[in-house]
Amino acid sequence: MDVLFWNKEMETLPRPKLEELQLQRLQKTVEQALKTPFYQRRLGKAGISSGGSFRNLKDLQNVPFTSKDDLRKNFPFGLLAVDLDQVVRLHSSSGTTGIPTVIYLTQEDLNRWTDLVARCVVATGCTKKDVFQNMMTYGLFTGGLGLHYGAERVGMTVIPIGGGNTQRQVQVMKDFKTTTLHITPSYLLHIHTKLAEYNMDPGELFLKRAFLGAEPYSENTRRKLEELYGIDAFNSYGLSEMNGPGLAFECVYKRDMHVWEDAYIVEIIDPGTGRALEDGQKGEVVFTILTRDAMPLLRYRTRDLAFLHPEACPCGRTHRRLSRILGRTDDMLIINGVNVFPSQIEEVIMSIPEVGTNYQIQIDKTGALDRLTVKVEIYAKMFTGEASAIDALKTRITEKLRASITINPRIELHEPGVLPAFEGKAKRVVDRREAL
Amino acid sequence: MKVRQLSVFLENRKGRLCEVCSLLGDNKINIRALTVAETETFGVLRIVVDNPDKAAQVLKDHKITANITNVVAVEVKDKPGGLAGILKVVADHDINVEYMYGFVEKSSENALMVFRFEDPEQAAKVLAEHGIRAVGEQDIAGL
Repeated sequence: MDVLFWNKEMETLPRPKLEELQLQRLQKTVEQALKTPFYQRRLGKAGISSGGSFRNLKDLQNVPFTSKDDLRKNFPFGLLAVDLDQVVRLHSSSGTTGIPTVIYLTQEDLNRWTDLVARCVVATGCTKKDVFQNMMTYGLFTGGLGLHYGAERVGMTVIPIGGGNTQRQVQVMKDFKTTTLHITPSYLLHIHTKLAEYNMDPGELFLKRAFLGAEPYSENTRRKLEELYGIDAFNSYGLSEMNGPGLAFECVYKRDMHVWEDAYIVEIIDPGTGRALEDGQKGEVVFTILTRDAMPLLRYRTRDLAFLHPEACPCGRTHRRLSRILGRTDDMLIINGVNVFPSQIEEVIMSIPEVGTNYQIQIDKTGALDRLTVKVEIYAKMFTGEASAIDALKTRITEKLRASITINPRIELHEPGVLPAFEGKAKRVVDRREAL
Repeated sequence: MKVRQLSVFLENRKGRLCEVCSLLGDNKINIRALTVAETETFGVLRIVVDNPDKAAQVLKDHKITANITNVVAVEVKDKPGGLAGILKVVADHDINVEYMYGFVEKSSENALMVFRFEDPEQAAKVLAEHGIRAVGEQDIAGL
């Protein structure tokens, strides 16, 4: 099998050298972190006052974890380690209470991130001859712009089309002989069901590969998509707090995702005790980013469950491979690639006086796409008897929810007392999707 | 002359309308006029009954979401153009009809229609001035 590298020296650096580099960068990262009010307090409490005190990588175990909640509590600038005029980009994801989590990048940070994404893209066999159709959402979401920059750096022809408008997507694939897609697996499945409608056959397209990310899916779904389109599908993993894509990506062997360990220290911990686990053991994934001056994050808890492969990959890369995400330690839902916490929905419901406090969230599959239904109870005292007022209420709930979670829910209104009561072990989330 | 109408919120569930109507029937409440405004996910049942106080209490006791709205019950000549005549008066006076529906029974020779006007007070006055009779709750109870 042809194995291409973007930065062969770094990607195949022997483990001892790689770990030496990690330690150097960790020391620098801790120094940088100590410039932020948040880490001054947090590290100060743990007795850490300089990066130089780290003698080996094991010393990282003494650093307290950082959580999404820490990011929210220190919104917007509490974790910023440089002057704002050094920042050239920010990205953000929605947070559980409506406070977004923001990341900042300097020009150099952006440059290093782009380079990591370029590594990912080349590891799948892409060259500058490839035409790349980026079907992820652009904007604050890191997935769109992250891959865009990386693919551009490799010299691929980048089509920044973004998500949606299936017929146009397919036409563009055909017109420009797109070879490589970046897309969610459910959307790629959905497109296949539409091809017949457009009188098209996947064989008329020029697709070679797809980068699949933003939502969990199984090995079976990958194989199915590969067969349906005659392509190679590569798994991608990222989270905005760690810059987004470029964190972990599959190589041509497709045996799970290499984590770029010169840029990230990855740990697997027991989510209950916080204790580090061995390679091969499943636990919560924790990252320390080593290449971001604007916003260092130490031991960031992802809430994602996975394991690291202990064996080397035949591609020759020395960077360990992370398994698919096998679950979450919290109740986060992924709906059409968008992360949604039930608490976000709850907060919106509670802010609307015309509905009661009982609610239920239901997720179904319609075709290949997810559909979110939010069931609420009408509050008797607010019922005016006018159907138009209820329709207006539905519209208002829909719009408020869309503003918060960015997806369009279907609202179902019920009579009081019908939904499971707020007290007790009410089942608030009914996920009727079959695993992809 | 105003008449009280009960509006009942109905979720979109099989048998729900039947349950509400049975409840009224079991309590000897007679429905004189009704209509259902329906949408994709819910309905609003609108009824005029012989005993609105009792009906409201029964619905409340059973935790059914309901609301009282004032409507006007108008006698309509039971002949071609009867309804049009009334609507013309209403239109000439710029009165908005939000919705309307018919009674089950007649009052003597006339049909009865329920009108929900934007401004029921003004509407009742204008109708009276044009010799169009509105019936009261007493009349409805005695039908």
